[in-house]
Amino acid sequence: MEFIEIISRILGSSIVFATPLIFTALGGVFSERSGVINIGLEGLMIMGAFVGIVFNLTFSSFFGDATPWVSILVAMIVSALFALVHAVASITFRADQVVSGVAINFLALGIGLFLTKQWYDKGQTDFVEKPFYTADVPFLNKIPIIGDMFFSGWYWTSYVAILLAFVAWFVIYKTPFGLRLRSVGEHPMAADTNGINVFKMRYIGVMISGALGGLGGSVYALTVALNFSHGTILGQGFISLAAVIFGKWHPLGALGAAIFFGFAQSLSIVSSDIAFLENVPSVFMLIAPYVLTILALAGFIGRAEAPKSLGEPYIKGNR
Amino acid sequence: MFSNRMINILIPVLSVVLGLLSGAVIMLVFGYNPISGFAALWNGAFGDAYFFGETVRQVTPYILSGLAVAFALRSGLLNIGVEGQVFVGWLASVWVGISFDLPMVLHLPLAILAAAAAGAFWGFIPGLLKAKLGVHEVIVTIMMNYIALYSSNAIVRNFLSEEGDRTENIAETASLQSDWLAQMTFYSRIHYGFILALFMALVMWFVLNRTTRGFELRAVGFNQHASKYAGMSVGKNIILAMVISGAFAGLAGAMEGLGTFGFMSIKSGFTNIGFDGIAVALLGANTAVGVVFAAFLFGILKIGALNMPTEAGVPTELVEIIVALIIFFVASSYMIRWVILRFKKEGK
Repeated sequence: MEFIEIISRILGSSIVFATPLIFTALGGVFSERSGVINIGLEGLMIMGAFVGIVFNLTFSSFFGDATPWVSILVAMIVSALFALVHAVASITFRADQVVSGVAINFLALGIGLFLTKQWYDKGQTDFVEKPFYTADVPFLNKIPIIGDMFFSGWYWTSYVAILLAFVAWFVIYKTPFGLRLRSVGEHPMAADTNGINVFKMRYIGVMISGALGGLGGSVYALTVALNFSHGTILGQGFISLAAVIFGKWHPLGALGAAIFFGFAQSLSIVSSDIAFLENVPSVFMLIAPYVLTILALAGFIGRAEAPKSLGEPYIKGNR
Repeated sequence: MFSNRMINILIPVLSVVLGLLSGAVIMLVFGYNPISGFAALWNGAFGDAYFFGETVRQVTPYILSGLAVAFALRSGLLNIGVEGQVFVGWLASVWVGISFDLPMVLHLPLAILAAAAAGAFWGFIPGLLKAKLGVHEVIVTIMMNYIALYSSNAIVRNFLSEEGDRTENIAETASLQSDWLAQMTFYSRIHYGFILALFMALVMWFVLNRTTRGFELRAVGFNQHASKYAGMSVGKNIILAMVISGAFAGLAGAMEGLGTFGFMSIKSGFTNIGFDGIAVALLGANTAVGVVFAAFLFGILKIGALNMPTEAGVPTELVEIIVALIIFFVASSYMIRWVILRFKKEGK
């Protein structure tokens, strides 16, 4: 019983940290599969967190218990529009995609903090009154062992995230839209010749990444952080990017990688209670996701192949 | 009238103008007076000797982190890991500063060299992975940033202090601080580091433009295949570029460790010296002179912005937005180039 309790505790806190990463990493998969590098995931998460918190604070009396759900929806929409900046710069204006992504990160933080100062007259917002709460899944939580491990004390958003990974897999690998999305990332000229609108597909890819990044950021804000400040999103976007690569640009791979990174992040927090991890300094747990990503890239954990045309602007008529 | 050289100078200038204009528009939209806003910014950067000293203090690491990004970019590499290299450089310089007992002529150079070496090592890893295994340097350097952040925090906590959140102060003999400069500027934190920063800009110009090695580095940046065909070792040059870039970044860390602060504390997040270095390098068109100018501009913006809330009521963060927009405009130079060329056609 003791053992199962430990496992379900680790699982529970891992999934809390993993959920925002799953959403954002899936967004990254869409963008990068279409051939646009998205270093700006961090900025998109910041925008999502900011919008999610501000909307929640402003409209909590109006929407009541539905507030967090409406908040993340609004955050999705705003972040998708915000991602348009990255799309216009890197697709239409052929800007260096990495540089544009870096600018997105700056811009999101700048806008978020500027408006926070403007509206709340201080460096951080108040704490939200209507965050997400953990819940037990009715009936399923009565199943012995499995019920304790997977169906009690999770946030509903976590189930949404896992489900969404499978939806993303289906969309990218089993639908004509997904085939087109992948084709413009691999060989845009061939795709163009076949009548696929490369620019349109890439815009869609980037905007989906904006929506999912915003979703990830707002879910993090409304489950873990509960307010917005300069330190709300601190590297989660970059970890999600790592999850995209660690997961080899595959939605289910990204899901697995995000859960693993969530696990690594939560370990550094819960390890003090667990006997055999007590003596491992927390710094090793903190840097584990990053070290593992580098090892994965170096080919020690199976080679990761990026989409062929990742990072290259498509210029019609160029060979 | 619009030669290529002209356009290359016009693009950053136009980007800055557009960025500042956007800032003015934002101020107008939120009901501030843009003129008093920018006046406050100007006073905050140049208002008196203290502000000027602080501006130079901020410019110093920017020059070095800008040089770091620019040097790598000239060899075709985007070093986003300057941030992490700054951290390890800072840590190394402070470590040497507090643990050795030497005369200044030895101690200070040793501390500076330690910072450069640490940064160089942090740049060497992504360079090696890129050269030998073809791993993209952008992702590796991002990951290295976090490893640097968390490891240096752990080292400060466990080895350089007694479970505290900052190290003790470095020895006088390793310090770049100067009473003379401080007194001149009403006790701002200006230090001798800016001389080193300007000197390093000269070094970068010399290495890239006046040596065979620099020619090879630039050749690799232009076209790897041609360089290889000409008998250059692409891999070696990639590693070298990252090592030198990392050394510059490490020096930027030393400026903070030996100059501005004189200690290292535990950080909850990044210093942004490295990320701002990307903006500096881009705006400076990756040349040594350009980087110095761009570093001054961003230093002025950052320090001047601190005066904006008190004098004009405008939140400091406005400057972050302006900086981000300037980067966008520079990055989207295709658009600016297109507009300029269009003007040229119509002018004829």
